[in-house]
Amino acid sequence: MDKLRLRFSKTGRAVYISHLDLMRTMTRAFLRAGCRLKYSEGFNPHPNISIALPLSVGCESLCEIMDFRLIEEKELDDILKSLSVQLPEGIEALEVYGAERKVKEIKWLKISGIFEYDERDAAEMTEKLNAFYSRESIVISKKSKRGVGETDIRPAIKEIGFAQEGNDVRLDAVISAQEPTLNPELIADALRQLTPETAPDFAKFRRLEIYDENMEVFR
Amino acid sequence: MDKRLERILPKVQKPARYTGGEYNQIIKDKADVDIRVAFCFPDTYEIGMSNLGMGILYSTMNELPYVWCERVYAPWGDMYEEMKKANVPLYALESGDPVSEHDVLAFSIGYEMAYSTVLDMMDMAGVPIHSADRTELLPLVIAGGTAALNPEPMADFIDIFLLGEGEEMNNELLEMLHEAKLDGWTKEEFLKKAAQIGGVYVPGFYTPILNNDGTIERFEVADGAPETVQKRIIADLDKANFPLNPIVPSTEVVHDRVNLELFRGCVRGCRFCQAGHVYRPIRSKSPELLVEQGKALLKNTGAQDITLLSLSSSDYRHLSGLCDGLLEYCEPRSIGLSLPSLRADNFSIEIMHRLQKTRKSGLTFAPEAGSQRLRDAINKNVTEEELLNTCRLAFEGGWNTIKLYFMLGLPTETDEDVLGIAKLANQVLHTWRLYAKNKNRGVRITVSTSCFVPKPHSPFQWESQNTMEEYIRKVNLLRENIRAKNVVYNWHDPQTSYIEATLSRGDRRVGKVIENVWRAGGRLEAWSDYFSFERWMNAFEDAGLDPSFYAHRPRAKDETMPWDVVDVGVRKAHLWHEREQAYKSELSPDCRKQCSACGAAKLLKGGKCDG
Repeated sequence: MDKLRLRFSKTGRAVYISHLDLMRTMTRAFLRAGCRLKYSEGFNPHPNISIALPLSVGCESLCEIMDFRLIEEKELDDILKSLSVQLPEGIEALEVYGAERKVKEIKWLKISGIFEYDERDAAEMTEKLNAFYSRESIVISKKSKRGVGETDIRPAIKEIGFAQEGNDVRLDAVISAQEPTLNPELIADALRQLTPETAPDFAKFRRLEIYDENMEVFR
Repeated sequence: MDKRLERILPKVQKPARYTGGEYNQIIKDKADVDIRVAFCFPDTYEIGMSNLGMGILYSTMNELPYVWCERVYAPWGDMYEEMKKANVPLYALESGDPVSEHDVLAFSIGYEMAYSTVLDMMDMAGVPIHSADRTELLPLVIAGGTAALNPEPMADFIDIFLLGEGEEMNNELLEMLHEAKLDGWTKEEFLKKAAQIGGVYVPGFYTPILNNDGTIERFEVADGAPETVQKRIIADLDKANFPLNPIVPSTEVVHDRVNLELFRGCVRGCRFCQAGHVYRPIRSKSPELLVEQGKALLKNTGAQDITLLSLSSSDYRHLSGLCDGLLEYCEPRSIGLSLPSLRADNFSIEIMHRLQKTRKSGLTFAPEAGSQRLRDAINKNVTEEELLNTCRLAFEGGWNTIKLYFMLGLPTETDEDVLGIAKLANQVLHTWRLYAKNKNRGVRITVSTSCFVPKPHSPFQWESQNTMEEYIRKVNLLRENIRAKNVVYNWHDPQTSYIEATLSRGDRRVGKVIENVWRAGGRLEAWSDYFSFERWMNAFEDAGLDPSFYAHRPRAKDETMPWDVVDVGVRKAHLWHEREQAYKSELSPDCRKQCSACGAAKLLKGGKCDG
């Protein structure tokens, strides 16, 4: 059967399932759903599945996609229905369809975030955050496999805005999904490094939608 | 999710083990239940989720409509620190509610080194650790598991011990508690009535009276409580509830597969082995049912591996047919079937050939002792010839990794027996040289030794443990004599085994030691990351007790043991007879050859033991 694509969300308690654990969790859910995944050939066969843009532990998402192949023909709707009831709490299957576009065409991610301040005023912080992110260049130090390096995160942010939401500050942004990949955590990290007085006590993020280069929704 | 928890979880290792939400977890509406049980496992999630007993009892307790039983595990050190800092109390995984909101804290205690973690979990839940300080009926703290078969070291902390298999007994107790809660019984009233349930031991009703030398003279038993408490068993395993919808962890656990239990008990009677005696009589499940259950488990979980569990798989009468039945389902689906606890005989190799067609992982055998004389003394019914023959077949069949497990410090052991381990390893290597199919791949023989810990309810319960110095001397003797580069030697550190020996045959006074260790920060003591020998030594000193009294002192034949109040079925006279046989280096036939009338069959009440 052709390559298929599952679109799913990962929220609530499920956000703590790591990428590797999610692959195993998905494999098992497919088996329970009676959808037999195609396995790799070779000495140590494993199911051929791939989840695009690995999500950080703790981050919610409404727009995850996973590509897979089955060894037998099945109605797309049946796959979705049988899979839906087999997923752990917090993972919801949204759609199953033929994978036509290549995952590497994904370019932008729309995200939101909640910045929590325990002892500071949300309105004041909102103003300061907007001011900070209006800079043209935001160079921070970032740990990578090669050690600590300097990187400018601003070019990887297409749109960004902060608004007060109760006692918190809400972030809305469109950031680069790949090449380069911007981990949303860095938006809060930059504050910790450059203006600690505006850094939140806690920040959490959520992926809302994926787009291609032309800001068309990717499917 | 709790706001404080939301901030902690991103900071700790493997947070998915602290969140619940897994597939097949049991969620009930709080408003619909009267009794909430926090089923506590005094070790990490990864260990606890691999425990079949926990899975079974989680399911049976939740069968009661008025009970909601949830899981609780001990957090690893990083999470523990964060929870303390943020003032997050211990919580149950399903609801996320604090354990203090539950009516019952039920502990499954599988091994002695978990004792201090039991206290720690009570404390993290905000529950007073001493039974005497919990004057109300609720929360009730109960415990079971193998380590509870000598309940005395934990007697001051636990309200009720449940001895033996819990499928029926737990629910009988919960049913009574339901009535007690609705009718407003006092704790005292409840304990009195609960003591009448078979398998229930209420330590508060039993007072050990000591002799001047610290041994037990007798137990003073409160009015109405039974003189001895007989452990409970499930007579017919085919009819018992076996959960076919186990929870599927969303993160990796130790045994990441489904477990199918073949039988309980053991026909072998190895004299050092506690499990082989306390789980008697032998009761098997039918192969037809097992095939059916195995398939259902795999379907319901999506697991890609299944393990057949028992104390000695080779002794399951229908093993061959069962494997065929399961392989028919597993092979086309790339599902792995594994079979631990095999005896070193030809039959095992034949089975392994069928199971490991492509990937030949290692083979593991446990001769336990290096010489035939000592193997006879411990009643380990395996000969050198059998073992070498098995190795020959394995090498001819393409295996090239063999693990051999031994124990040091077994009663009657001499240096000659210790050196026998090195000799045996060399002979296995020699066998490989003679018979290996493909010598280019090399061979790896791993010899592991652990330190013998005398256990309650085993024929060696009267024995003295070797001192740590003696263990170290024996390890060094062996190290000097294992020279081949293909033979790797691993040994256990004797410090943990020494502490384990003090606890396993401890009396009620040892509770103070456990409490001292916990107060000094001791938790998760089974982990070398956290174990501190010094802390245990200090704890003994502060309690005014000598650890050597418990570990090294040989007991007299007629000494009253702390666990004599527990009747596991096997008679004490039988255990003593087996001990005497050991000193004569004489074998006893296994149960299938000849019943030794050990006494366990009485628990079946007329039913037939499958020995």
